Amino acid sequence: MFDILSRIRRTGRLSEPYPVPDTDETTPTTIQRELHAVFGRALCIRHVDAGSCNGCELEIHALSNAYYNLQGAGIRFVASPRHADLLLVTGPVSVNMEDALRQTYEAMPDPKWVLAVGDCAARGGLFGANYATRGPVSAIIPVDAVVTGCPPEPLAIMRGVLQITRKRPA
Amino acid sequence: MNPMWPDFLDTGCAPLPSNVAACRVQVDAARWCEAADAMREAGAGLLSLWGSDDRDRDQCLRVHAAYLLRDRVVVVGHAMPASQAIYPSLATRFPVAGRLQRATYDLLGIRADAGDTRPWLRHGGWPEDVFPLRRDVAATRTWPVTSSPYPFIPVSGDGVHEMTAGPVHAGTIEPGRFQLAVVGEKVLRLEVRLGYTHKGIAKRFETLAQRDAHRLAAHICGDSTVAFSWAYCAALESITASTPSPRALVLRALALERERIANHLGDLGGLANDAGFAFGQTQFSSLKEQLLRHNAELFGQRYLFDFVVPGGVARDLPARALPDMLDEIAALEHAVGDLRGIYARHAGLQDRFLGAGRLTPAQAAALGAIGLAGRASGVARDLRVDQPWSPYDHSSPVLATSTEGDVAARVQVRFEETLESLRLCRQWLQALPAGERVLDVPVAPAGQLGIGLIEGWRGPVMLALETGPAGGIRRCRAHDPSWQNWPLLEVAILGNIVADFPLINKSFNLSYSGHDG
Repeated sequence: MFDILSRIRRTGRLSEPYPVPDTDETTPTTIQRELHAVFGRALCIRHVDAGSCNGCELEIHALSNAYYNLQGAGIRFVASPRHADLLLVTGPVSVNMEDALRQTYEAMPDPKWVLAVGDCAARGGLFGANYATRGPVSAIIPVDAVVTGCPPEPLAIMRGVLQITRKRPA
Repeated sequence: MNPMWPDFLDTGCAPLPSNVAACRVQVDAARWCEAADAMREAGAGLLSLWGSDDRDRDQCLRVHAAYLLRDRVVVVGHAMPASQAIYPSLATRFPVAGRLQRATYDLLGIRADAGDTRPWLRHGGWPEDVFPLRRDVAATRTWPVTSSPYPFIPVSGDGVHEMTAGPVHAGTIEPGRFQLAVVGEKVLRLEVRLGYTHKGIAKRFETLAQRDAHRLAAHICGDSTVAFSWAYCAALESITASTPSPRALVLRALALERERIANHLGDLGGLANDAGFAFGQTQFSSLKEQLLRHNAELFGQRYLFDFVVPGGVARDLPARALPDMLDEIAALEHAVGDLRGIYARHAGLQDRFLGAGRLTPAQAAALGAIGLAGRASGVARDLRVDQPWSPYDHSSPVLATSTEGDVAARVQVRFEETLESLRLCRQWLQALPAGERVLDVPVAPAGQLGIGLIEGWRGPVMLALETGPAGGIRRCRAHDPSWQNWPLLEVAILGNIVADFPLINKSFNLSYSGHDG
């Protein structure tokens, strides 16, 4: 136990201050603050990989590490679409995931938002449309906002989530 | 010499361009079987199996099997007339062939003469009588999805019930479906269904130029982007006989080892998390994040997408990189060593790891396990050691293995490989050779087959590239080691409790996108 506590003490707090200088007004701290102001501690995200190469998933995982600490801002990834406010979709939509994506969207209670994350989900990306791929998420379900990048950095995904919160009906 | 080894596998074998020793032989149906028997006898594994549509050239469809021997790759090709596209199944000799043969049928309409005939990649997205990888199917043709239920093998009996998970999972992971049959808490049977992320990558390759397609290769499997893009570039460079400079090759190897380290760090954290030890996740995900940020600064990309390009690499390291990376290596060695001690002394964690999801060496050998999961079950094979390509041929990497085959063994192999990769990186940085960042790769003539074979973090990544006219691509088969290792999970889970499934699954951490293609 002592070695664990000692390691925790030596690691220190990584979440603040943010190590990469950022000229944008929406630094992670302000994003977190704004999200908190709008949603309290209640924004629930359901993620669906609709055919991604797994690059975007790696960056979504990174949102939970100590640096980005998305959970600290009250944003949670939930296990069921029934519990979600926001559907976060990655990948060009493969025909084999088309039905599953639509069903997940339909299972979410209103009001709901869809954020397409990554170049594939936003625009179709490298894979194009063919017998196996439908292209961007908007070809299958309505999309409220997109985050481009291949893969987008965690900070860009956080900004995308913020963009959604601003669209929230009053 | 092995008495089972037929002459045609030596005398008929023409050398293939590759970064490792490789050759190709064309055979009839009888010799197709004879070759498979000889390979099995010689301890070779079936590395990949794929088909091609050559009706425009000689009215034939072809099936190709690539075998991995300890010292070389042998590609065996078998041609069939389009009217009788059927070949002898390899599934009884090499279990991995079962799904590869089903996928080959879905894409090209070439049927194995025995075994499972359920579709594998076709879930109803295109009609049953359409084979999308055939040349007469337009590259952008699409069809509406028709629902087609998958006949899982039913399990029944007293007290048995079935559980389904997926394709959309509870966490942030790729889609796949797991059908579990359980008795009480114990898993009686697991059947995995994959193909959900099938993106028609092989068809897409055929529309791209040789000099651009490394970008598509880099996105076959996002966590193994260096391995796949290197395999692509190695195939293309071998065909055109262009060798990148020693410096470019070392930079690629640094990128490949950093990819291995990043994935291992992520998994070591994730495995502790799945066993309820969140401290491990916090620590390792922070170490991984630091490494990724360093990648962004030094290589221009957190995940090193598009770093490996034909002829070399996309950018050279900045001057400060050497001391920075040497410091980083020392810090990581210290932290990983520290955490390894904490994991080893944590009784609760070890209780979950030890004995869970055991795959015995005998099972691993029978199933043709490769890569990391194979090494944790006594299959002591690593291309970096067995068939080292440059710069591994001068680096003497040390193999990490175990014969325990449980989650703890896969954790141990990850710890050892992480430390070994750090050692290799230090060794290269201390003597970084000079040379051009990138060389011009000429356009390859049509009809050349080249093989790229790279030991990625999961295992061997193979890419077979056949060039087309005017700098184009005729056929490109990219193979992820997850094809071999997904069936291992179905065996390793037996007799374990359902609650351990996420932990055991994570300990293999296989690719969906790399497998589905």
